[in-house]
Amino acid sequence: MTTVFKRPAALTDRQFSYCPGCSHGIVHRLIAEAIDELGIEGKAVGIAPVGCSVFAYEFFSCDMVQAAHGRAPAVATGIKRAVPGSIVFSYQGDGDLASIGMAETIHVASRGEKITVIFINNAIYGMTGGQMAPTTLPGQVTQTSPLGRDVEIAGYPIRICELLSTLDGVALAERVSVDTPRNIRTAKKAVKKAFEYQAEGLGYTIVEVVSTCPTNWGLSPVEALGWLNENLLPYYPPGVYRDVKAEGFANAAEASAARLAASSVADPTAGKDAEGGGCNG
Amino acid sequence: MYMTAQIIVNENYCKGCGLCIEVCPRGIIALNPDVITAKGYHPAKLTDESRCSACTNCALICPDVAITVER
Ligand SMILES: Cc1ncc(C[n+]2csc(CCOP(=O)(O)OP(=O)(O)O)c2C)c(N)n1
Ligand code: SF4
Ligand code: SF4
Ligand code: SF4
Ligand SMILES: [Mg+2]
Repeated sequence: MTTVFKRPAALTDRQFSYCPGCSHGIVHRLIAEAIDELGIEGKAVGIAPVGCSVFAYEFFSCDMVQAAHGRAPAVATGIKRAVPGSIVFSYQGDGDLASIGMAETIHVASRGEKITVIFINNAIYGMTGGQMAPTTLPGQVTQTSPLGRDVEIAGYPIRICELLSTLDGVALAERVSVDTPRNIRTAKKAVKKAFEYQAEGLGYTIVEVVSTCPTNWGLSPVEALGWLNENLLPYYPPGVYRDVKAEGFANAAEASAARLAASSVADPTAGKDAEGGGCNG
Repeated sequence: MYMTAQIIVNENYCKGCGLCIEVCPRGIIALNPDVITAKGYHPAKLTDESRCSACTNCALICPDVAITVER
């Protein structure tokens, strides 16, 4: 017999600390498989967040750093700039990325830092016992929205891929789901593509993974997949929100230049021969 | 019947979540009521070794990367 599926080498042999059925583990495996297939374990550096995946540094065989809450992309920026040949990924939940870390999230994307962000959107703060997150759905019951999220008080959920896709530094923004084997295959391709785009230096890359938290949703693992499919996917539709290569550009910088072409001040190619092409010119 | 494929569940990793059972198109995985793992779970088990197609659905969805598939 030949082995057609086995644990990837880029995972350590440690047992995950996640609850039964939690999709953090699926995403860990997809990242590890991508690392194996691209042969980048030696130059991959992962940044663990604060959240249930705070121990991610125990689970990947590559170099890992654990960042302060929300600061993973800032740490990733430093590592990538210091060691440009590395492949750097941050791994962040919705509380970490879209709440306390929103400033880092947006500015790192707008600067076009050549890193990969793996965003676990489970619509809740898992680690701390199920509080409302920026991505909690309107009406969704959590510990801090016991009557369901009231948008009059708490505002509306944030769609991260849609938001970041407006920023010029972004080379790839794709949302995937891990609720079925088919969607998991698609998710794997997205993670691999993000690493490839980073290796090619195309710009900032993010893969948002619509995920489950069976424990704090109060559902069995199987029920949680159904809830994700029925409730989260309509609000957070999977798809490619930005892919500069597919749009016909060499990289995020070229795509940005095309967007700026109408502005003689901002267009990097305009005014090069003329003196003082800037705002004073 | 001649065995063509099988899954091996590592009971050290399996947490009995049941996701593999849900996605197996042949319905040939069950939690084993006779075994309790060190962590206190009933692990998944292949119930009919003659019918596994090595489709890998179970391994793709296993959140604890407990499943090896052989053909
Ligand atoms: C500075 C700071 N503020 C708040 C906390 C408490 N805290 C720990 S994890 C977390 C949110 C985790 O949610 P998320 O990022 O969605 O990760 P999940 O556990 O859902 O994967 C919070 C608020 C903290 N550890 N540090
Ligand atoms: S609390 Fe939720 S997100 Fe955290 S490990 Fe458990 S199921 Fe996963
Ligand atoms: S490989 Fe496919 S057929 Fe075999 S046990 Fe897993 S899901 Fe079922
Ligand atoms: S999916 Fe994995 S952890 Fe869950 S019951 Fe099956 S083998 Fe065990
Ligand atoms: Mg979360």
